[in-house]
Amino acid sequence: MRMRRSRVREGRYKPLKEARHEEALFRRRALAGFLIIVACLVALGVRFSFLQIERHDEFSARSEANRVLTRPLAPARGLIYDRNGVLLAENVAAFRLEITPEQVHDLPATIVRLGEVVPISDDDVERFNALRKSKRSYEGTPIRLKLSEEEIAKFSVNRWAFPGVDVVPYLTRSYPLGEEFAHTVGYVGRIDEADLGKLDKGDYAGTTHVGKTGIERYYEDRLHGEVGYEKIEVNADHRPIGEPLGRVAPKPGENLYLSIDARLQEATEAAFEGRAGAAVAIDPRTGEVLAMVSVPSFDPNLFVNGIASVDYAALLDAEDKPLLNRLLRGNYAPGSTMKPFVGLGGLELGLRRPEDTVLSTGEFFIPGQSRAYRDDVRGGQGRVDLVQAIAKSVNTYFYSLALDMGIDRFSGFMSRFGFGQPTGIDLMGEGSGVLPSREWKRGRFNQAWYPGETVIAGIGQGYWVVTPLQLANAVSTLAARGVPHTPHLLRAVQRGVDARIEPLPPAPPRKNVIERAANWASVQQGMQEVVRSGTARGIDAGFPYPIAGKTGTAERYSRTGTEWTSISASPIERHQVLFEAFTPADDARIAVIVALEAGRSGAHDAAPIARKILDAWLPGDQQRQAERVAGGGEGAASP
Amino acid sequence: MIDELFHEWRHRLMSMWRKPRLDLPLLGALLLLMGIGLATLYSASDLDRSQVISQALRFMLGLLLMTVIARVPPLTLRNWTPWLYAASVVLLVIVVIHGEGRGANRWLDLRIIRFQPSELLKLTMPMMIAWYLNGRPLPPGWITLGAAGALIAVPAALIAKQPDLGTALLIVASGAFGIFLSGLAWWRIGALLAAFAGIVPVAWHFLHDYQKNRVLTLLDPEADPLGNGWHIIQSKIAVGSGGLWGKGWHHGTQSRLEFLPEHTTDFIFSVFAEEWGLVGVLLLLALYVFIIARCLWIAAEAKDTYARLLAGAISMSLFVYVMVNGGMITGMLPVVGVPLPLVSYGGTSAVSLLAGFGVLMSIHAHRKVLAN
Repeated sequence: MRMRRSRVREGRYKPLKEARHEEALFRRRALAGFLIIVACLVALGVRFSFLQIERHDEFSARSEANRVLTRPLAPARGLIYDRNGVLLAENVAAFRLEITPEQVHDLPATIVRLGEVVPISDDDVERFNALRKSKRSYEGTPIRLKLSEEEIAKFSVNRWAFPGVDVVPYLTRSYPLGEEFAHTVGYVGRIDEADLGKLDKGDYAGTTHVGKTGIERYYEDRLHGEVGYEKIEVNADHRPIGEPLGRVAPKPGENLYLSIDARLQEATEAAFEGRAGAAVAIDPRTGEVLAMVSVPSFDPNLFVNGIASVDYAALLDAEDKPLLNRLLRGNYAPGSTMKPFVGLGGLELGLRRPEDTVLSTGEFFIPGQSRAYRDDVRGGQGRVDLVQAIAKSVNTYFYSLALDMGIDRFSGFMSRFGFGQPTGIDLMGEGSGVLPSREWKRGRFNQAWYPGETVIAGIGQGYWVVTPLQLANAVSTLAARGVPHTPHLLRAVQRGVDARIEPLPPAPPRKNVIERAANWASVQQGMQEVVRSGTARGIDAGFPYPIAGKTGTAERYSRTGTEWTSISASPIERHQVLFEAFTPADDARIAVIVALEAGRSGAHDAAPIARKILDAWLPGDQQRQAERVAGGGEGAASP
Repeated sequence: MIDELFHEWRHRLMSMWRKPRLDLPLLGALLLLMGIGLATLYSASDLDRSQVISQALRFMLGLLLMTVIARVPPLTLRNWTPWLYAASVVLLVIVVIHGEGRGANRWLDLRIIRFQPSELLKLTMPMMIAWYLNGRPLPPGWITLGAAGALIAVPAALIAKQPDLGTALLIVASGAFGIFLSGLAWWRIGALLAAFAGIVPVAWHFLHDYQKNRVLTLLDPEADPLGNGWHIIQSKIAVGSGGLWGKGWHHGTQSRLEFLPEHTTDFIFSVFAEEWGLVGVLLLLALYVFIIARCLWIAAEAKDTYARLLAGAISMSLFVYVMVNGGMITGMLPVVGVPLPLVSYGGTSAVSLLAGFGVLMSIHAHRKVLAN
């Protein structure tokens, strides 16, 4: 019946009777609704009278006499140590000048007058004004940090002329080892407007600095700690009276222990003798970074309290770019350092057996094409197998192998070692290099892939670009017989001054990227021959462990022309040179890569630096080995 | 001659009063409320004239919009309703896809004006519910209720996703009041409330952390004296210290010394309570009750279900603003960003509220036309 009724009423107007009914219904509902509203508002009124009559005295007291302010207390930032407890970042006591805007009548004039007593730059004023917006007007806002003793004395004499301006002690960040860790530990800087948008206003209420780069930025959450607060009684001018009424202490940030060995880091930096480049040393068993340097570097302490524009301009304009983090964003053509990987690919993909040989005549041709791809030795190096091809760095072997592999299988295999992607290290801003592939070229140039490009990819040339960290990660994976570990810097944390140092749990094991162990052995043998009899022979002289290595000398001009490129006037500047190594060769405990932006050859310039790094690493390793043997009885018994 | 001219002008003036037929008691109450709002704002902004002037300009704009809407017959509004509703939902979707705004995506930038499409729904939502129920047999059954629920839920979910919990709440309320006024059986209301009580624990999981924090802070404000708790503690101190008679205009210390955050917008009621005391609060609440009562009266006089439901829903929504805001500043309800109608500083809410009153004026003016 209801159905029929609603079908009748297709039109706009309802039958009169129904309309009357709905009107009456509405009136009853409106009345009910109104009564509910009145009841709720009466309840609200009761709530108001409860606060304003019943609890009036209490709130009146809190509002009137007390004026209790809650003042944030900044936590102490966590310290950063190397693996042996050498301090890399610490907090030192300093003094700053603070202005409480509410107590100052004419702020701009006061700042000008203050500038006559203590130097205040335009940058300082700008930062002060930006910071002031996020604070209440009775809160002190810093205008000058790191006052010298002389400045404190000068201000103290004139103190009476500046009501609302105070000298306040605080802790500031300091990097005792300076340049050596600028590209890894990074630095903190004053919180700027961009940071204010990202940070929690409550958590950072008392904090002036925040991690800007490196470990300081990546582990900001761990390092910062938790804000505390104290309740203080103030008078009508918001001047504190007496002792704090209540206090919740801030919780200091975690102390971080890095995997880096500061001594090794120092030796690594020294080995470069100022030549531009980068080096990384990794423990292949864990992925822990033992040393990583980018040369030249800069003093991170300059940035902590705002770098002077003169200093900053000098760093920006310097020809060898000290601000560039070559480790993460440096781009190097990997050159012949890729040959062990390409050779391994040939074995793993079933395209070559270790004993298969190729005849090097000095020139290689793609069938049907006239363009010549050259060997390093005029006239060629004769018939070579894989071990000899790696040891003598014979281009022809890898030209033909890459061509047989084809670019798709080639880049597919290389990506197993992490080329063309960030390694995932615990630092921000890592580049991904370029692993050439059909898709990459299509996306980058919108062009088809040519076989000639596959040929030169076989010797690490062409579009192929790696970051030093990527190369180190790949070599470390190779050294670990194909077991990849994400490179990382953080090794252990300490929550609180007296707390135990807690090692971080190891990352879950990842799949081995090498399918047959015998394939690895052939490549490793070739890399040992590099050092024994090949391109870098003699580099292991006097070293107690067998070293596996490979040189790389990336041409700035590729030798694909019909004529040999004439030796240019300055052979030192002609090449980007590289060296990769790991040792002990069959059970590696360190993998090292060295990249130099200019040099004669990998063997001549990069390999000696790598040897110096290994020499610096050796005493510590021998000591650890001795300790293990001494305490080894139990260690060997337990599984 | 002069006499004739005088008569003609008199006639014209009279017809202008009659033609838009602004309801004088309602208009008077609104003007009084706006006056209180401006006076409180002047004190809360620490005698900042520019804020008061810009707010007054927004009131002017709102009043103009109100007079214009009052001239549109409810029948026309009814015919436009589905389109207006659809348009506002589409705008809302656009904002969700690429809106701008700090933290929350609420704003749509039309180059000339920037506005929050969610404000539109404060009007188009009750319109749509009224339009839909107007064509259905009343009181509504489960099917009608389900369809109406979907009409409410879609835009409300979009707004809650922005995330703007306060506005979503107001819009859900305006739709729900429409259904309530259409005569939904009490036992069905009871069943819905019971179901709602069952859903709350589930919904808790879907709240943003900051929304959870607001609820948790309400239960124990002292636990977070630097963050969310600060608002509630300081607001309660302001209200409580006002006492029976208040500290007097511009004598409130809590807001002047900047203990109280957001003291010109969401927490302006605290300033009012501090300076005018319980007496002032009760008078202000009485003014709101008068406005709501007058609006419901207008609704009851309307002769068509659409106009009745629309007018009724708008009137009752006004109560939600007052209740949520008042509950918030006294620490009775969570901190949800809902302004005190026509008192809090802020343009969009004042204009959309006055537009709503324009609809009521129109319904009032055209009540006789609909009578036959």
